[in-house]
Amino acid sequence: MRAPPDLIEHLPRLRRYARALTRDSGRADDLVQDTLERALARLDRWQPGSDLRAWLFTLMHNLFVNQIRARGAQETVIDDAPDQPVSGGQFEALVARDIHAALGHLPEAQREVLLLVGLEQFGYAEAAQVLGVPIGTVMSRLARARENMRRMLAAESAVTLRRVK
Amino acid sequence: MIEDVREDELHAYVDGVLPAARRLEVESWLAAHPADAARVEAWAAQNRLLHGAFDPVLNEPLPLALVRAARRPAPVSSLRAVAAALALIAAGLIGYAAGLGTHDALPMQQARLARDAAIAHVVFSPETRHPVEVDAAHAAHLVAWLSKRVGTPLAAPDFSAQGFHLLGGRLLAGETGPVAQFMYQDSIERRVTLYVRRAAADKGVTAFRHAREEGLDVFYWIDGDFGYALSGPIGRPAMQQLADAAYRQLEADTQ
Repeated sequence: MRAPPDLIEHLPRLRRYARALTRDSGRADDLVQDTLERALARLDRWQPGSDLRAWLFTLMHNLFVNQIRARGAQETVIDDAPDQPVSGGQFEALVARDIHAALGHLPEAQREVLLLVGLEQFGYAEAAQVLGVPIGTVMSRLARARENMRRMLAAESAVTLRRVK
Repeated sequence: MIEDVREDELHAYVDGVLPAARRLEVESWLAAHPADAARVEAWAAQNRLLHGAFDPVLNEPLPLALVRAARRPAPVSSLRAVAAALALIAAGLIGYAAGLGTHDALPMQQARLARDAAIAHVVFSPETRHPVEVDAAHAAHLVAWLSKRVGTPLAAPDFSAQGFHLLGGRLLAGETGPVAQFMYQDSIERRVTLYVRRAAADKGVTAFRHAREEGLDVFYWIDGDFGYALSGPIGRPAMQQLADAAYRQLEADTQ
């Protein structure tokens, strides 16, 4: 019997991706836990020598998509904190909230591509493999995601500037 | 003359995956096309914001529930699984019968302590580069840091009389709160770990218990508010000696 691959070393990055995907630490760790359970149950389907990290992210992607589907239409955008007045000198916190809120407004498919490429530094072909879509789809989603984020973050900072003045 | 830069190439530029020659051409293009340059700068800023917002997750202590999930053997085929489940139910019934009217959660929680300690040992002791988060050269800082996080003064027992020196320690996240792990090593690089967590409902004092988990000998006990578990691959008699030494020192410290 071959030694099982070590999943522990992938935990920190799975947690980072899940956290960014859900922006909820409890939900994120549940997603990681489900991913690990599925990985261990299907370990015989993993090709030794192939990229374990990409395989784990693929499993997580499938679980995430299933969750979204299961929630279906009932999910409205509830994960955006209501606009809070900004206290002076908290630029860091403000930016962190902006990016959280902006991610929450992105359609899931765009959010996933943006995070796989921009945060997890997957190559375009790897991201396509994880998501099970052609590379052209990755590129078009990435372009839309980045432009949507740019508009949202620009709008946020405009609002902020007016408020601070 | 630079060939027109495609949208995809602007993204590839931001993500650092363009070949060097093309990269230079894209830079010249951007110098001449301010609107593209502004978009590219905004996209690069998004990547920085994402890292700023989520990289701290990489340095959080790993929740033990996930460490445990990552190590659990894959579910075995039906017959063995059924047998194991039946055995568990039987054990539960016996445990329930034995514990009627008493504190029947106790042995379960303590068994969990030994199991978690052994898993944490197996996960972190093979590390050659980062077996510990804080090394022993900063022993005072380490003990202060872990004490602060666990919420009570801790002490790292001294095992030099048994031939083990302190390598350092790390913090983990357990169900009942933070967990401190101290790691020791002897002259032939065998490692033992002392796992300390706040006791849940199992306050009080218990005798040493011994368990075999993950191929290790684990000695564990509860003392006051804390559960301790010492794990290592050095054989039961040697582990017993270390556990005795730890118990004596920790006892002396709290008096």
